[in-house]
Amino acid sequence: MTPDRMTDARPPIPLPTPTPLSEPYWDACRRGELVVQRCRACDEYVFIPQPVCTKCFSADLEWLPSSGRGTVYSYTVVWRPQLPAFDVPYVIAIVEMDEGWYTFTNIVGCPPDDVRVGMPVRVHFQPMSDDITLPMFKPA
Amino acid sequence: MATKRPTALHDVAVVGAFNTRQARLLPDETSLSITLDAIRGALADAGLAPHDVNGVNVNVGLASNVTAFHMAHMLGGQPSWMGAARMGVPAVLEAASAIGAGLCDTVVLAAGQAGAYSEREKVAPWTRPQNEFVECWGLYTAAEFALIARRHMHLYGTKPEHLAEVAATIRNHGHINPDAVYYERGPFTPQDILDSRMVADPYHLLDCAMTSEGGAGLILTTVERARDLPGPHAYVLGGAMERMGPSYVMAPVWDRYGMVGRTSARKAFAMAGITPHDVDVCEFYDPFSFEIIRQFEAFEFCPQGEGGPFVMDGRIHLDGDFPVCTNGGTMSFSHAGLAQMLQKVIAGTDQVRGRMGPLQVPDVKVAMCTNGGAAALFAEVLLLGNEPA
Repeated sequence: MTPDRMTDARPPIPLPTPTPLSEPYWDACRRGELVVQRCRACDEYVFIPQPVCTKCFSADLEWLPSSGRGTVYSYTVVWRPQLPAFDVPYVIAIVEMDEGWYTFTNIVGCPPDDVRVGMPVRVHFQPMSDDITLPMFKPA
Repeated sequence: MATKRPTALHDVAVVGAFNTRQARLLPDETSLSITLDAIRGALADAGLAPHDVNGVNVNVGLASNVTAFHMAHMLGGQPSWMGAARMGVPAVLEAASAIGAGLCDTVVLAAGQAGAYSEREKVAPWTRPQNEFVECWGLYTAAEFALIARRHMHLYGTKPEHLAEVAATIRNHGHINPDAVYYERGPFTPQDILDSRMVADPYHLLDCAMTSEGGAGLILTTVERARDLPGPHAYVLGGAMERMGPSYVMAPVWDRYGMVGRTSARKAFAMAGITPHDVDVCEFYDPFSFEIIRQFEAFEFCPQGEGGPFVMDGRIHLDGDFPVCTNGGTMSFSHAGLAQMLQKVIAGTDQVRGRMGPLQVPDVKVAMCTNGGAAALFAEVLLLGNEPA
């Protein structure tokens, strides 16, 4: 389903360049853990990483482990690739995590036509390079 | 008619509006040359000379460093006010506010783009956000907007046929607009849209805006000065803007962003003292077909969830109750740089001035011009009238 990107001869897909703000997230992915920021002042989950809570503006944020489980909130089966590096069709989704935060991802591990809104999914860590592992999702 | 909320925007008229030649590519032009064409054309349309202008804002290509400061110099070094808002409806609202506040009295706004997109095996560079949480998934604007549309289809049963009706309607307007990039490229039935190749489900190729090149210019002045200029003119009745975050970075969650534009539409309608049903033409932003359906809901032309059926049965055709994108929009007229944002205002201006040629809607009193989109997390609204507020 997912080609081995570490041996693929094509130009690579554009991988993240972590920043001081996002490094804890990508470091955790490489270890096989999904983490997310939460505000200690108001308990809001914050994603993508921010220097302050986007609900109450507190700077008192902590990184917590996520269950890695959620449901497909919306999805699209893509046939015109962003770059030639992407094999079509591929599925982009918004997953609503069980903790109540939302993330972009790719759905893998099932035919694209099987993806549905509301489908339970769990994180699947896909190594892309020595430094970067992407948190894709599979049917739970 | 309801009471108008007083605003300095009511002191402002659009007295010049001009589109340059538009094409898929303009190989003999640069972003600067086509922007200068737009300024010349808009000034000529207004019956004004460069030295009559004392305020300016431009966007000379998406990647250009030619600024309003450079343009002030090219215009003879007279301007006393420089705009900084993004070209399109925000630039119009900013310039109108400056005129209403007395900082200047005649403003030129212009944009142009040429020579920016040739590497067609990739989607256009400005549709690929270079963000570490976005681009690795293969995202680009069509996919982002597809995620909004898919959620609406799931919640409300909106169908691909509803989306196709929007795209076919807009493309048929461009089909009969001699100035459109895709002039005489139709007519289209909704089935033609559904039969075009899939880009990002539910969006087929013909549900999406094109890429093209061209320029656009607009001249704003006081209602008082407009009386001495050849008319007819368009008059600012109201406007507002809202922004919920950076475009194309946050996941476009329908429950958070789906109704972006409602607040600004309410403000604009309150200023104008009208309701959605007083709008005669809807020059809505049309990056993707579903966005028209969404705006009818967000702006309260119809209840949330009913936008799909609302666009059917000819309601959005030229002879319907709410004609949309009467110049052919970004799908068929043009979608060049930030000129295309300004072109929504030009279409509205030409409709209220009665100068839309074969696309003229009879007896237009109010045009609603918008920029933005749910997946882009912003909306901007401008109401224009055929008489001062």
